[in-house]
Amino acid sequence: MDKQFWRWKEYNWKEEKLNWKEARSITAGIDVGSVSSQAVILTAGKIFAYSSQRTGSDSPQSAQKAINWALEGTGMKLEDIQFIVGTGYGRVNIPFAQKAITEIACHARGANFMYGSSVRTILDMGGQDCKAIRCDERGKVVSFLMNDKCAAGTGRGMEVFADLLTIPIEEIGDLSFTVEQEPPPVSCTCVVFAKSEALRLLRQGWPKNKVVASYCSAMAHRVVTLLERVGVEKEFAITGGIGKNRGVVGRIEKELNVKALTPTWDTQIAGALGAALFAQALLEKTKSLN
Amino acid sequence: MLANYGYKDGSGDYYITIDTDKCVTCSDRKCIQACPQKVFEIITDDYDQEVASVVSDQSKKLKYSCAPCKPNVGRKELPCVLACEPKAINHSW
Amino acid sequence: MPVAGVDIGGKTTKIIILEDHKILAKNLVLTGLETGKTALTAFQQVLNDAGLSPDKISKITVTGVGKKEFSLGHNEVSEVKADAKGTVYLFPSARTVIDVGAEEGRGVKCSPEGKVVDFALNEKCAAGSGSFVEAMARALELPLEEIGKLALISTQQIPMNAQCAVFAESEVVSLLHAKTPKSDIAKAVHNAIANRISSMTRKIGIEKEVILIGGMAKNLGFIDSLKKDLGLEILIPEEPEFVGALGAALIAQEET
Repeated sequence: MDKQFWRWKEYNWKEEKLNWKEARSITAGIDVGSVSSQAVILTAGKIFAYSSQRTGSDSPQSAQKAINWALEGTGMKLEDIQFIVGTGYGRVNIPFAQKAITEIACHARGANFMYGSSVRTILDMGGQDCKAIRCDERGKVVSFLMNDKCAAGTGRGMEVFADLLTIPIEEIGDLSFTVEQEPPPVSCTCVVFAKSEALRLLRQGWPKNKVVASYCSAMAHRVVTLLERVGVEKEFAITGGIGKNRGVVGRIEKELNVKALTPTWDTQIAGALGAALFAQALLEKTKSLN
Repeated sequence: MLANYGYKDGSGDYYITIDTDKCVTCSDRKCIQACPQKVFEIITDDYDQEVASVVSDQSKKLKYSCAPCKPNVGRKELPCVLACEPKAINHSW
Repeated sequence: MPVAGVDIGGKTTKIIILEDHKILAKNLVLTGLETGKTALTAFQQVLNDAGLSPDKISKITVTGVGKKEFSLGHNEVSEVKADAKGTVYLFPSARTVIDVGAEEGRGVKCSPEGKVVDFALNEKCAAGSGSFVEAMARALELPLEEIGKLALISTQQIPMNAQCAVFAESEVVSLLHAKTPKSDIAKAVHNAIANRISSMTRKIGIEKEVILIGGMAKNLGFIDSLKKDLGLEILIPEEPEFVGALGAALIAQEET
């Protein structure tokens, strides 16, 4: 079988030191995205475990897989979780979630936790969409836009390029900085046309790293124009899978002349984390009602 | 909240912005009927407010859905913008 | 003296040699990755076919998205101008021209003299052009010539949610996994593109006769979907992909 250059690694993590059995609340958030799914488990408001994997063919199964993998080796069972919120593209199809909340609200809330209350602008670059969110000090959304119509500026667009250039997707960022001089960005926004343009550039003798740099720069420029619609206010944070691609992030920072906050957690779990935080608040609310 | 529905693709920016702080004050919700393409719907948002939003299928094809209301020649004020009493609707193109 | 019209499209390059409104020779080649070079070779070929030497051509007018790449051209005209000219020459009653090529869709409203009155474009996004169908044919593992015909035997309407060609490819793959018949998928693909093209054309107002040109005018599934979406008959020239080159040649002839 051909090597799949677009394929990124799936992973899970748990906080060994936390004793979940003593926690007064256990909640979870599950983010079923169109490309990847994450689950985050919170014990008394602290991150206890999480997982990230590729989304399968249907949402219920992907959600189940995500939560199972996050639970793996923790001794915790699904029944131990008191409240679950679903988010993401597949949020309405998670049978064991008590509520569905949009990824916009979840990302803002998750980023507020990850980066602290000073974060005002969040750019989330996911597998098949791109979101620009402005929020207040409590992580409530003030303004947002989402682009899920077009593959340009999304992880899927980057996957197409990784495949075209036969470069593992995790290496694209570093490779893009190996050019002596920054090339002009690929002029076509549309991924289909950008692909033909890249083929032309390769034919003209451009080395792969130059083509990669050119595409990272085009992608950065595109998301900057999206951000401009909601406005950029400090502090600024980038979440989602592409948030890990230095080649794109570095160029966004340069174009905006703003440094993005350094993440303390894996940026891909922001949505699921926000959902888990909403779950915690909802749990408290039901507790106080009873 | 300024909710921007729509997209940007290679050909341009196509966003309908709904100012939910204004929208929530409206009781008539005339936008729903005014739009010939049925672009709008009323939802309960994540902060439990009842506001107008753009139907999710439509948000990916606004350039085409709104095209009949935006002829090159003889373009009039948009029916949705005209119908919206709190002036909460704005088009980016 | 003979003149030439060169139309360098995103996918194919078309050349017509014209003398006194008579086509002496024509050529269609894939544009490929080296646009300028390909066009020169194709031009040499068409001259050989016509038995002419380059100095016998009094004027060369170039159009198409790649028009800047052709080194022998004397002048350039816009695609919409060439489309209007070529179409009204073939169909004097034409008032609306719909040109759907590989990388661009165009709607042109024209005068009885073949002048452009108004136009609208679907550009810079593959969803609004023939590339969309091409990408879907690839996902369906069908030759481009087959996908259109297959759409005609579809028995059920299925929706296509994705608007972007990249996302639609994944959607087509999932539909195939779900055992959806290829013909129904092909129909959905053509309905989607036809709807985008007719919405674009509505921006300029649709006036009869409506003529469809460009490479997609050879796709039977697309023609069928477009007719239904517009709710009226459309006329199609015999060689729809050559109309832009013909228009360019006619403009060259007028100017000499």
